[in-house]
Amino acid sequence: MILAAHKYCYTVQVGARRVVPLLQDISFSVQAGERFAIVGPNGAGKSTLLKSICRILPYGQGEIRVAGKRVQDYSQKELARKLSYVPQAVLRNHGFTVFEFVLMGRYPHFSPFTTITSNDLQKVNQALEMTGMLPFVQRRMDTLSGGEQQKVMIAAVLAQEAEIMLLDEPAAFLDPYHQEQVYTLLEKICQETQVTIVEVTHDVNRAALGHERILGLRDGEVVFCGTPQEFMRQEVLYSIYGKKFELAKHPRNGRDIILPEVALCQ
Amino acid sequence: MPIKRPVLGIVLLLLVFIGSLLLLPFLGLEVISPQEVLSGTSDRVNQIFWYLRVPRVLTGVLVGSVLALAGLTFQAVFQNPLATPFTLGTASGASLGASLYIWTGWSISLLGIQGITLFAFLGALLALGVVYGFSQLKDGMSTTTMLLAGVAVSIFFSSLILLIQYLSDQAHSLRILRWLMGGLEAVGYGRLLEPLPFAVVGMLLIFYHRWDLNLLAIGEDLAASRGVDVKRTKIMLLLVAGLMVGAVVAIAGPVGFVGLMIPHICRLWLGSDHRVLIIAAILMGGIFLPWCDTLARVIVAPAELPVGIITALLGGPFFLWMLVRQKR
Repeated sequence: MILAAHKYCYTVQVGARRVVPLLQDISFSVQAGERFAIVGPNGAGKSTLLKSICRILPYGQGEIRVAGKRVQDYSQKELARKLSYVPQAVLRNHGFTVFEFVLMGRYPHFSPFTTITSNDLQKVNQALEMTGMLPFVQRRMDTLSGGEQQKVMIAAVLAQEAEIMLLDEPAAFLDPYHQEQVYTLLEKICQETQVTIVEVTHDVNRAALGHERILGLRDGEVVFCGTPQEFMRQEVLYSIYGKKFELAKHPRNGRDIILPEVALCQ
Repeated sequence: MPIKRPVLGIVLLLLVFIGSLLLLPFLGLEVISPQEVLSGTSDRVNQIFWYLRVPRVLTGVLVGSVLALAGLTFQAVFQNPLATPFTLGTASGASLGASLYIWTGWSISLLGIQGITLFAFLGALLALGVVYGFSQLKDGMSTTTMLLAGVAVSIFFSSLILLIQYLSDQAHSLRILRWLMGGLEAVGYGRLLEPLPFAVVGMLLIFYHRWDLNLLAIGEDLAASRGVDVKRTKIMLLLVAGLMVGAVVAIAGPVGFVGLMIPHICRLWLGSDHRVLIIAAILMGGIFLPWCDTLARVIVAPAELPVGIITALLGGPFFLWMLVRQKR
């Protein structure tokens, strides 16, 4: 078990007296090398959970263990050698070049007094090559498109060489072409490395087709944890999203998929 | 390797830095020639050169580089290009401390640090603490709110300074006023030594955190996920930068806008990597302020302008230009 949560809770203080629980008694476990999806409606606590795992947020109550050790027992740097994190594709106007940005992924491996080693440069190079971003190495990040930026983001976590990759809707806000590019890239990474993937997604089909197990959250609680087959059932989907879905067979591989809903105009 | 332009920039800055260090003491209302100094025949020339101009240029270098580096640090920590020792109220905090000290008429020192510096430290840390406290109060507080908090702190402290001036007798009041204009004159070697350790240790500590500054600049969430202990690092950097600012403000008064302009020009020219920017800001700040000061000495000759007026006259329009630029 490379990642396990046991009765993890996270609360925030709203105003002077009100304490609002964002996560309640969250328990699940992820095997090494597994592809694990976290789904749920807006505000279910998916991002809060990811950020709790990699300690972007202060630690709550209960237990989250990474490789058997409680996350709060790691130093931030040690934890970053175990876990990496890809946020949603959001343009941020900093003037770093692609090279500098990916090099920063090596941060947990730096010691403050030594300079960049040839090993670091090699890892950066490999990551850029794998993501196909080598031709962009000298470009400034803010001159890239959203899809390209997200690939650089993934290159940076590859350079970070953590065993577990936490992805928060890595393809949100991207057009279908770039979504597919990002997913293909993640697929390739899974095949070529032993990395464990924990991915938050709003795309129900993506959760079912691209992952081995799925965790369903609703209002900060676990309402489902199981395989794609178990997930693709109307009552399960209803319990997570509070909404009916139409299911169909994929025309080529026969697997269950969810039909897109369109509000039809007569 | 892809760090060609920054390296070139640093080399150029270093040359200009050394050049102005060698050239500036000869310039002024009366231009002194190197022969006059080397021959050492004229006591008057010796006096002017070694006891007035050289310490003054060195003070300018020290104050300029510290303010520029502090500005760079604040901008990275608060992830906002308008965060500077001034917009965050640090300088007015230090000024309040110093004014308070002048007003009391005390003459104390602790461990060789003069009272005015100690008071400036306390003021600077108080202001930083208030603004940092605000930024922690609400999760995800917008940088605009934080800057406004800085401005509010600034105005509040400035009013307190006015109050102190109002309550002081004329001599003290005049001293406070003159000090507030910011100036490098009559510092002398002794006082120059006082902020030096703070400046040197501060610069080394900030350089030690060069990668943390880079990572903070791309966002706190990402920085944390890459292994930066965000809270500890931010407090550490703010403390170091705040103490540096307090130390130089105590000897030179609140010389404005250096911490805004210099980091920006460096960034526009040399990119975003703080490995380069830290060195560039130190050098460029150390070039810029002594030149401003030399200008201040000759522009209304035989009188002298406080250097703070020159930097503010340059900095005000620059600040507005930054605002317009940021909108786009």
